[in-house]
Amino acid sequence: MSINTSVNIAGVTLKNPVTVCSGTFGSGMEFVEFTDLEKLGAVTTKGVASVPWAGNPVPRIAETPSGMLNAIGLQNPGIDVFCERDIPFLKNFDTKIIVNVCGHSTEEYVDVVKRLADQPVDLLEINISCPNVKEGGIAFGQKPEAAYDITKEVKKYAKQPVIMKLSPNVTDITEMARAVEDAGADAVSLINTITGMKIDINRRTFALANKTGGLSGPAIRPVAVRMVYQVAQAVKLPIIGMGGITCAEDALEFILAGATAVAVGTANFADPFTAVRVAQGIEEYMIRQGVKDINELIGAVR
Amino acid sequence: MAKFQEMGEVISQVCLCPGIFDLTIKAPQIAAEAGCGQFVAVYSKDAAHLLPRPISLCRINRQAGTIRLVYRVAGYGTDEFSRLAAGDSVRVFGPLGTGFFLSDKKAMIIGGGIGVPPLLETAAALSRRGMRRENIQIVLGYRNECFLKDEFEQFGTVYIATEDGSTGVKGTVIDAINANRLSADVIYSCGPAPMLRALKAYSEEKGITCYVSMEQRMACGIGACLACVCNSTEKDGHSQVNNKRVCADGPVFNAKDIVI
Repeated sequence: MSINTSVNIAGVTLKNPVTVCSGTFGSGMEFVEFTDLEKLGAVTTKGVASVPWAGNPVPRIAETPSGMLNAIGLQNPGIDVFCERDIPFLKNFDTKIIVNVCGHSTEEYVDVVKRLADQPVDLLEINISCPNVKEGGIAFGQKPEAAYDITKEVKKYAKQPVIMKLSPNVTDITEMARAVEDAGADAVSLINTITGMKIDINRRTFALANKTGGLSGPAIRPVAVRMVYQVAQAVKLPIIGMGGITCAEDALEFILAGATAVAVGTANFADPFTAVRVAQGIEEYMIRQGVKDINELIGAVR
Repeated sequence: MAKFQEMGEVISQVCLCPGIFDLTIKAPQIAAEAGCGQFVAVYSKDAAHLLPRPISLCRINRQAGTIRLVYRVAGYGTDEFSRLAAGDSVRVFGPLGTGFFLSDKKAMIIGGGIGVPPLLETAAALSRRGMRRENIQIVLGYRNECFLKDEFEQFGTVYIATEDGSTGVKGTVIDAINANRLSADVIYSCGPAPMLRALKAYSEEKGITCYVSMEQRMACGIGACLACVCNSTEKDGHSQVNNKRVCADGPVFNAKDIVI
């Protein structure tokens, strides 16, 4: 049986619906010895800013039940090094490139988006939902008006389709999705991490130097599936679903809830072979279930 | 260098002293590739504890295809590993990180507490290079229980410091170096941050090369997540922000290259 696993995100065709969550995969360099990048629909890079960011003090991570907290603080080399080193590296592979963009201010986001205008990348993912940087990041991701404004501004300069990455740390995620849709976003990705805290009772201090961090991993999966479902009912935009995906079965929950594509995140840390296994597992599921086209599954559960 | 994920068979496990365990695992691909100062990531069987635990390699036996891990029980993962017995299996991933860069210079191998184990393979590797015993000086600092001390003696002369003075010099490894009037051209060290900080200062004062093996909370172990950084004196190759990655650029660094 010939099956179709390719999906379309804002006019860009991914050979299969699997990508990785920004920040869990670098720009793929550290993973090439374990992962055939060409077996992924797209590689989503770690957030890149207009200049290098040093990130937060250590400890930056802590394990929690079925998950982990992180407060890396978006350490990144800045757009210059990224364009010279990371994009040419990724161009060696037959996969799509999604560049995650971060900033402290509208100007910083726009700077990066402008720099990427003539670069051979396929999609931009605008990170307005990182809970671990003091200015910017989530400041744009918790108020519909702010999300609308940044989307509008980025869309003015973007030459690639724009995915807005949404935060779960809001009362109603559908309001946020509607706001970015109204402002012209081409897609949404969700969810970013959920703000959390862990206390080290022996040292009587916070487990993370940043005090709070973003919770990820299987612990947040049911929240993420619920939010993907809600957003799928609320907007027409394609959705990249993520949050605790460790295997094909997890990924399929997101697709059935309404995600056009899915991203593997924390599981890459636990096991660098995960993302490709998820892509293969989806194909096996389709064969087992006699599904000819992955698109039949998207949002099939209402 | 290639990294492998193997389902290792437990060959043996013994408790060296309260809380310190000695685990030998058959993992031939990792053993064939590993060098002193590198580490492996060991997985819990409980999927709710999803991150593998980084543990240094205490010995590597290429012929037998085994690796030996000596570790302290510090939480859920290491507690689970401490209950493994011969014939059990455990998933390991490695070898990870950049280990010690060895030379034939007169050496001091300096370990503190649970930083002692990776130096056993380091001492063995120096000995295999044909270095004479008198050029392999081994200084070990402990709270009180001197685990692995006897095994170090086959490679060089061992000097001990204990916090309670129950064995050797009462005090720190620096006290043991001074009390025994030791000198060297290179230091290979692993231990708690205050000890490594003191050794960095000591080596700068003496004008000798000092390698330190660092520890930090890790997630991926392969240089992608940027959790386990330490401050470096020069721009790092990855992000160019003076943050070297302990898991990939280290865990072993030249002390002059990092801020401890």
